[in-house]
Amino acid sequence: MSSHPRRRRGVLPGFNLALGFTLVYLGAIVLLPLCALVIRSAALTVQQFWDVVTAPRLMASYRLSFGASFIAAAINTVFGLLLAWVLTRYRFPGRRIVDALVDLPFALPTAVAGIALTALYSNNGWIGRYLEPLGIKVAYTPVGVLIALVFIGLPFVVRTVQPVLEDLERELEEAAATLGATPWQVFSRVIFPVLLPALTTGFTLAFARAIGEYGSVIFIAGNMPMVSEITPLIIVTKLEQYDYTGAAAVATVMLLVSFSLILAINALQSWNRRRYTRQD
Amino acid sequence: MKNRIRALLALTAFLTAAAQADVTLLNVSYDPTRELYQEVNAAFARQWQATNKEKVTVRASHGGSGRQARSVIDGLEADVVTLALAYDIDEIAEKAKLLPADWQKRLPNNSAPYTSTIVFLVRKGNPKNVRDWDDLTKPGVSVITPNPKTSGGARWNYLAAWGYALKKFGNDEAKAKGFVASLFRNVPVLDSGARGSTTTFAERGQGDVLVAWENDAFLALKEFGPGKFEIVVPSVSILAEPSVAIVDRVVDKRGTRKVAQAYLDFLYSEEGQDIAGRNFYRPRSQKASAKYAKQFPRVNLFTIDQIFGGWTKAQKTHFADGGVFDQIYQPGK
Repeated sequence: MSSHPRRRRGVLPGFNLALGFTLVYLGAIVLLPLCALVIRSAALTVQQFWDVVTAPRLMASYRLSFGASFIAAAINTVFGLLLAWVLTRYRFPGRRIVDALVDLPFALPTAVAGIALTALYSNNGWIGRYLEPLGIKVAYTPVGVLIALVFIGLPFVVRTVQPVLEDLERELEEAAATLGATPWQVFSRVIFPVLLPALTTGFTLAFARAIGEYGSVIFIAGNMPMVSEITPLIIVTKLEQYDYTGAAAVATVMLLVSFSLILAINALQSWNRRRYTRQD
Repeated sequence: MKNRIRALLALTAFLTAAAQADVTLLNVSYDPTRELYQEVNAAFARQWQATNKEKVTVRASHGGSGRQARSVIDGLEADVVTLALAYDIDEIAEKAKLLPADWQKRLPNNSAPYTSTIVFLVRKGNPKNVRDWDDLTKPGVSVITPNPKTSGGARWNYLAAWGYALKKFGNDEAKAKGFVASLFRNVPVLDSGARGSTTTFAERGQGDVLVAWENDAFLALKEFGPGKFEIVVPSVSILAEPSVAIVDRVVDKRGTRKVAQAYLDFLYSEEGQDIAGRNFYRPRSQKASAKYAKQFPRVNLFTIDQIFGGWTKAQKTHFADGGVFDQIYQPGK
């Protein structure tokens, strides 16, 4: 593996291959059914389509879905990095258990997560009862949505950053230190640039997952129109009303927005990678 | 090779024979009927075995009424459907043509062997003193009901409130809309189904009053003990008629029409009616009604046809996208 030419670029080996595979796989599993959706929504005229997808309730739900997903992914990027750092750099009793706990949001059925979080944060729950006197309401508000999205997105960042951190050669840091770099300089000039691609991928995955999340959110969100209604719920609602084309129209918008956001993040990442390659 | 084919044929013959000996029916139903149909299915199997010397197994599937109807439309092979409202079966008839459009006329009582209504569940001692629909619109009273766009039960809730308001304001639609809007302003959580709302109210401790199916309210009393909640019966409510029907295309394909018909007839029999009453559904037969009369408080009931001119119209006016329910939540209206 060390003879792999891409290794010199400072990116985890096999990253491009893995990403390529991921995209092909996503294409077959995700894009194909979504193509069917796009075709279905083509039954609407342009004007009808526009009216459906720009209704005030939907605009409010886009703000919540994309906004909360973005903030949740950002929070996960910061704390996921911290977690990955602790798990790779320190040896402490119970480390393996903590390591396994990180995967729990992957394994847990999302509905179970939603019910558990609601039980904790509702105003008679373990945490909610102490927040309520402070005037903080979490369950049945947009904050609840954020909490659920942070919960389900955490493993994405930890699991993408962790292997890169493990592969990072400590000699680099030591060399930087002997050349007189402060700890902050070591982090910002040596470690961070290597981690950045993995962090971006982790962020993107957490973000994408959060946009589509339904199961855990509906339990804690309160689902009030204009306030705490996520876009996936509106799609489900439309389906329940046998409005297949309307549901497909909203799904198409979600597909387009998420896809362009992810595309933008990936473009940013490759631009960033080229920049660091040139510095080599 | 020949042996293998022979073995395969033998196996097929064996499996077909086994399938013939055991008739299975699939009943696709809605959320709160779990307990009811558990009992009905067992009783029906006993009766069928006794009269026809044939073993019948009825499987039941439960979920939100609209979602269940959609599964049938999308190809779930239900021999019979027993859903929360006629509109959902209408949709199966219209969208997938699995049964004739006039299915509701084929069985007595609008094809609804049992009925229910909408009542309030309040916390012990009724601290907010909720007596009637008016109290649900007062500031400071928090009301739990599911989203009418996704829940069949919630549509009955909404229409019951609307019907009350129409009576109160002498059929003034605008005032009724204002009334229902102020009721929904008191709703802090909109769950997608009736059982979800019951959980939010009973276990999460949200809200002062739960607007619920009568049978679900009774079930909650039984489940959580009588010391925690009380049932309040409003002065006027709606007659909820959960409908049942045979899915013609499925029973003809599977050859189960006879047993499916017998299954639905069983619901109308004295034994079926008694089971319905025991599970807190209001029976249709005189005998069972008399037996369970004490259990069910007397309520002034109106039907959906009287006030709204049927489901199709009610659905279109109130719950379709951009309908009255959506307008309640539009900003600035």
